[in-house]
Amino acid sequence: MSSAVVNPPAVADATPDTSALTLSYAQAAALALSEAMQADRHVVALGEDLGRGGVFGQYRGADGRALVERFGPERIIDTPISESTIMGAGVGLALAGMRPVVELRVADFALCAIDELVNQAAKNRFMFGGQGRVPLVARLPIGIWTASAAQHSQSFEAWFAHVPGLTVVAPATPADSYGLLHAALASGDPVVFMEHKELWSMQGPVTPGVHQPLGKARQLRSGNDITLVSWSRQVHAVTEAADALAAQGVGADVIDLRSIWPWDRAAVLESAGRTGRLLVVHESIQAAGFGGEIAATVAEHTAARVARLGAPRIPVGYAPTLESVARIGAAQVVAAALKLLQR
Amino acid sequence: MTDLLSLYRTMVRIRAFEDAAERASQGGVQIWGQSAAADAEPALVKGPLHLSTGQEAVAAGVCAHLHARDLLTSTHRGHGHTLAKGADSTRMMCELFGRAHGYNKGKGGSMHIADFSVGMLGANGVVTAGLPIAVGAAHALKLRGEEAIAVCFFGDGAINRGPFLEALNWAQIYRLPVLFVCEDNQISATTRSAPMTAGTQAASARAEALGIAATQVDGNDVLAVSEAAAQLVAGIRAGSGPRLLHALTYRHKGHVSVDPAHYRDPAEVAAALLTDPVTRARELLAARGQADAAADVLAQAQAEIAAAVAFAKAAPFPEAHEAFEDIATTGEGAWA
Ligand SMILES: Cc1ncc(C[n+]2csc(CCOP(=O)(O)OP(=O)(O)O)c2C)c(N)n1
Repeated sequence: MSSAVVNPPAVADATPDTSALTLSYAQAAALALSEAMQADRHVVALGEDLGRGGVFGQYRGADGRALVERFGPERIIDTPISESTIMGAGVGLALAGMRPVVELRVADFALCAIDELVNQAAKNRFMFGGQGRVPLVARLPIGIWTASAAQHSQSFEAWFAHVPGLTVVAPATPADSYGLLHAALASGDPVVFMEHKELWSMQGPVTPGVHQPLGKARQLRSGNDITLVSWSRQVHAVTEAADALAAQGVGADVIDLRSIWPWDRAAVLESAGRTGRLLVVHESIQAAGFGGEIAATVAEHTAARVARLGAPRIPVGYAPTLESVARIGAAQVVAAALKLLQR
Repeated sequence: MTDLLSLYRTMVRIRAFEDAAERASQGGVQIWGQSAAADAEPALVKGPLHLSTGQEAVAAGVCAHLHARDLLTSTHRGHGHTLAKGADSTRMMCELFGRAHGYNKGKGGSMHIADFSVGMLGANGVVTAGLPIAVGAAHALKLRGEEAIAVCFFGDGAINRGPFLEALNWAQIYRLPVLFVCEDNQISATTRSAPMTAGTQAASARAEALGIAATQVDGNDVLAVSEAAAQLVAGIRAGSGPRLLHALTYRHKGHVSVDPAHYRDPAEVAAALLTDPVTRARELLAARGQADAAADVLAQAQAEIAAAVAFAKAAPFPEAHEAFEDIATTGEGAWA
């Protein structure tokens, strides 16, 4: 499905390059943002504590300096704790010709800005007959963040995938954090950019100038027995599981979706059609999660047997014993894969 | 109990609790982009721990005038309010350590600390979210004709979210028995509040714009807080409708326990420590010839908290099946 690619920027594939830098997931995003700000004076960022370099240091360059020192407080805007207005102002800025990056600290607080994101940003272009567009990137960090309990640990990608007008992105590596943030900034429409809070310090190679298209998955392992599809932090548990499966003689195709909407149906359908088994793994709650959408699509278009693995429908508990019930590790992925192979 | 020694007792219990919690949180956790040293002791308190060190006089001075049947909502920085409202320090420490004996059975931790048995309806991880809840609680008290009031603590940063306006307006139009307490520590997370807030003395001014009388007080002077709260609470009990107390204080520590707050001017911190409410109260007690009594109260508080830590450390974690309990379900199971 080629329609899965929105506004493709000039793309080189992520071929290993000796000029790659080693950056953290957070620094990779800061690099993409600063390059975009350098190239286009209309790009601005707004949110709480940005002047300090962001809550997670994601507004700090690799040299440790906060981006505000480079771009000034008119472009890296420290805001009051006013989520509705941070997002609403982002919509207004966008309609008036700017390209705002709206920082919501953790995705959970985007619920304080839900009208602005769902009814205003997402609908504007359609509702007004294409008169305006909202080139806004909402950075909504997702995921379990050790011992942060029920209001700071949620993953809402399925909610936003459900909303017409929103693009939803969830990078798993520094290279994708960099490459996909560039694509989000170039998209011209609202993009929900979901970074995982427990990936911020993850180090990896980043090649400046290598952007990634939205809606294009990445294949991480090849095999003919089963297809494993995942995104964000769960990709790392899934690759670990694939290695364990390989040791047992099971060959898995591992696909990092990278974009939740649009999603790379072509890659998933091709793989699941070939292996005959699809397991989708996500950190968010399994019930009504995005895994259901993928499983249903694969079941509609191929003869593959499908299964989902996500969190139980419970709030994330604080105590480690409770939190771990909501986490999905490689061992569970292996068990779910073996069970599916027996079906 | 509103005599100075009682107020001091509440303050030093809070201080001892916060100091112990702070020690128990060091190491282990990765937050604010920092990693713990590899050789760090595993933290007993995990996750974000927001300390109220330096703000004890507000909690102590206000809660001294509340009964167990009065209701209270709080912020992410809620340990002091919870203790002052009458909660048990051992069960609180258990909750911070994520233990089964904690008030929330280990499900909530520091940010969600609560003791409904003493009317403490919960700390909150969402800024400003406590205000509408307090207003709803006050509305219920009014509808049910109960002789009680609701109190709501919130920070100076919280007044910039819409629900602040909505809650105050609601409280005023229904003349609800609610006391809003702005604990103005002059900072919001790591950002100074003043340049982020339009107007001066904004918490009071915004309340007054809605016709809600506001009282300003030195929030580091526990007697002043107590006197102001006494008047406001009495007025509300007598049917005045909502009131706002705007208490100016200072947060000694970073936003969370592992935040070294390097962004803060050391001279400002040093100056603020000179107005530490606990020291001020102790000096006043000494001047009144109660130095020995103050020393006893402090020793008792320290022993109480040390025992709470020891108990919590030995207490069991909740069992994994607890993760599936206390959730509304129609029987379809958690993976349906
Ligand atoms: C809706 C929402 N936005 C942002 C946050 C993150 N946050 C937690 S505490 C805090 C600062 C709040 O400032 P203030 O109310 O003044 O309280 P203080 O922390 O200074 O005591 C922020 C921004 C949050 N928890 N909820």
